[in-house]
Amino acid sequence: MLLIRCPYCAVERPEVEFAYAGEAHIARPQDPSALSDEQWKDHLFIRSNPRGTHFERWRHIHGCGRFFNAVRDTVSDKFAMTYKAGLPRPSEAEIGKARS
Amino acid sequence: MLQEYRRLEGSRIAAPDSALAIAMADDCTRFSLRIAEEGIAQAGKAFGVALPKQIGGMTAAGGRLALCLGPDEWQLMAPLDERDALEAAFAALYAKVPHSLVDISHREVGIVVEGRDAALALRSACPLDLDEMAVGSATRTIFDKAQIVLIRQGQDSFRIEVWQSFADHVWGILQAAGREIALEI
Repeated sequence: MLLIRCPYCAVERPEVEFAYAGEAHIARPQDPSALSDEQWKDHLFIRSNPRGTHFERWRHIHGCGRFFNAVRDTVSDKFAMTYKAGLPRPSEAEIGKARS
Repeated sequence: MLQEYRRLEGSRIAAPDSALAIAMADDCTRFSLRIAEEGIAQAGKAFGVALPKQIGGMTAAGGRLALCLGPDEWQLMAPLDERDALEAAFAALYAKVPHSLVDISHREVGIVVEGRDAALALRSACPLDLDEMAVGSATRTIFDKAQIVLIRQGQDSFRIEVWQSFADHVWGILQAAGREIALEI
């Protein structure tokens, strides 16, 4: 079973305690009513879907209940690192360090 | 008259040579407390036991138990007859320290799993690494498909807190695991 590190509990927990919650770092527009339909559609539905490093949200739903962010490789399914919600996207160097 | 639904009360599962003993725990008062970090010390005073600050932490004194389940979430447990006193103590605190205290006594039941093979019985459906779980710690986790709060009271003594509606299911799995342990298979 995949083990995922919860940054709030600071322990590795089995995957079944967690729920996936979509791509991370998608900021809601400050003034949605100023957006065109096209832009609003992009905000709601268009995601990057990369091959390789992916920044995503997870929730430790059967644990502390918190949302956090994770860096996962979509090819190997390996988690490089996890970090608390609200923190900026980690740099390439940080991700590389976490992987090694 | 409405009656509380506690179908499993008095049920027991036992394996020979004290390998395993599972029983329903006595009913108790349970509160879910949500409070900001600044208020932890004062909430601890109101409860009578200092609240643990680390997730997974547990403190106990005089029959009262405080479990830290999340960054701002605690489960408080106390004997049945202390409910009103605790509610009053926290109500007095509310003007100074805003918090949310919800009575969840009737939502859950406790199941005590004890004996040499207690961890083995739990492992039949709980993916948590029990070897890593320290004595005197508690965590929310999952048991088969049911969410539980697991408390490690001693090396061979656990307590499961589970919602009433899931209790039958959890009990059924423990019964099957207990049967295997009793027959040594």
